Amino acid sequence: MTQPVLSLNNLKAGYGQTEILHDLSIYVNPNEIVAIIGPNGAGKSTAMKSVLGLLNIREGSVVLNGEDITDTPAQKVIEKGISYVPQTNNVFVNLSVQENLEMGAWTRPNGVEARIAEMYELFPDLAEKRNQAAGSLSGGQRQMVAMAKALMVDAKILLLDEPTAGLSPKYRGEIFSTIQKIKNTGVPILIVEQNAKQALGVSDRGYVLVDGANRHTGTGEELANDPEIARMFLGGGH
Amino acid sequence: MWDAFGFEFVNFYLIPGLVLGCIYALGAIGITLTFGILRFANFAHGEIMMSGAYLTYTVMAIVAGAGLSLHPLVAMVPAAFMVILLFLGTDRYFYKPFRKEDTIKVVMASFGMMLIIRSAVQVIWGPNQIAFVPGIAKPNAWLQSFTGDLGAMIIMPNKHLFIFAGTVIIVIALGYLLNRTRIGKAMRAVSDSPDLAHVTGINVDKVINATWIVGGICATAAGVFLVMDTQTLETTMGFRMLLPMFAAAILGGIGKPYGAVFGGLVIGLAEELSAYPWIGDAPLLSPGYKTGVAFAIMVIMLIVRPQGLFKGRSF
Repeated sequence: MTQPVLSLNNLKAGYGQTEILHDLSIYVNPNEIVAIIGPNGAGKSTAMKSVLGLLNIREGSVVLNGEDITDTPAQKVIEKGISYVPQTNNVFVNLSVQENLEMGAWTRPNGVEARIAEMYELFPDLAEKRNQAAGSLSGGQRQMVAMAKALMVDAKILLLDEPTAGLSPKYRGEIFSTIQKIKNTGVPILIVEQNAKQALGVSDRGYVLVDGANRHTGTGEELANDPEIARMFLGGGH
Repeated sequence: MWDAFGFEFVNFYLIPGLVLGCIYALGAIGITLTFGILRFANFAHGEIMMSGAYLTYTVMAIVAGAGLSLHPLVAMVPAAFMVILLFLGTDRYFYKPFRKEDTIKVVMASFGMMLIIRSAVQVIWGPNQIAFVPGIAKPNAWLQSFTGDLGAMIIMPNKHLFIFAGTVIIVIALGYLLNRTRIGKAMRAVSDSPDLAHVTGINVDKVINATWIVGGICATAAGVFLVMDTQTLETTMGFRMLLPMFAAAILGGIGKPYGAVFGGLVIGLAEELSAYPWIGDAPLLSPGYKTGVAFAIMVIMLIVRPQGLFKGRSF
């Protein structure tokens, strides 16, 4: 059995006194896209933040490539190779695209220029906007900047928190195809999504989260075709 | 035309306004950076400026004791080092413990620091005025004869030329730092979004220290330029500068260093020009109301355009 890149094992976590995750177990294998779907308030984003050491973990563990990183501060987690793209507020709006990428490379010891060039290859739209302020870009392009910025380090895994929230269908498709491209560069991805159907479409596996615990697990296809899940989260229409 | 109108306006209103504007600008840079990056209004900033001026005076006095004389701009360098240490020390022991708490606590801490620093300066140097480089500042003879030949005589003492030159150099250096260097870009990034900077892996503590260093240099320069201009050291000078400096920072837009420079110049000019006899022979506004001008601009900005001219953060 392969060792997972990232695993969350029986997590209980929350903010202050409030426990949001009651018993959550998730793992991501190398070269996998894994989606976490579920209704609002199920704790999807909280699960991601628990990986980054941004909230209180009561029980359970977070393991990165065999190393226990439970309760490690965010900056150390990022140095260890976990890249995170928050749902909102995920680019520096007053900095240019190029400067955003440079900031993404803060923990990268060298080869920044070369990596930036690679990112412009992966996200060709950004190359021509490199000197524009990120805040002047459209929502979809901002999301591209945010992902490119997160990939500036040699990420062992990329965490995406609702990358298509609030985007037009055109951009949604573009984001999902970019996610595929990123996976093909060898970076596994854990993605939290509201657009469950599309997310499961690109995912190798998925987890359905309800009330802070995983309710269903399966391959992207299995979950997308499961009538019960379809009724609950995929907008009925089956 | 020049003799009737220009000479008086330029030499007695415009130039002093720009000089004052430069001093406000340098002070406001520190305030706006602190506000942008650490997210609190640092009430002790004026006192830090004032202590920078006192330290510069002391360095000059020590050197004078050895029989040499040192220009304030040179004496300013070791003083700036001490001011930076003072900034870093206050941050470490008085502000950092409140970093994750409500903003009001650290604002109160800075208010306390303001009182502590002023009292300490009064204990060390005494509460009375001290003459800083005594004597009458003579106008620069070359500038006077050169502009006089052109028919627009400008009477400007060397100290004002130094203040202008110093401000221009500092603002250019600041622009280079913020736009061309890694730490400067990170300062802008943290000012943009501390949370995102945190999850990007940016070393926020390092950025905060850089902010105090930049703020310390600008504050020392502002304090020294002020005492070069007034030629008097007073323990209340920092406090008097606080309101116009905040007005400048708000006018330019909180978190916008260039906005602060622009705002400083506008406030400085507005204060001086408000006393110009625009209508009739009497000053438009009695010079005693100068500070009121800054206050009025601040209040109007907060009501009409709280994000400032350069679209800073609004609260």
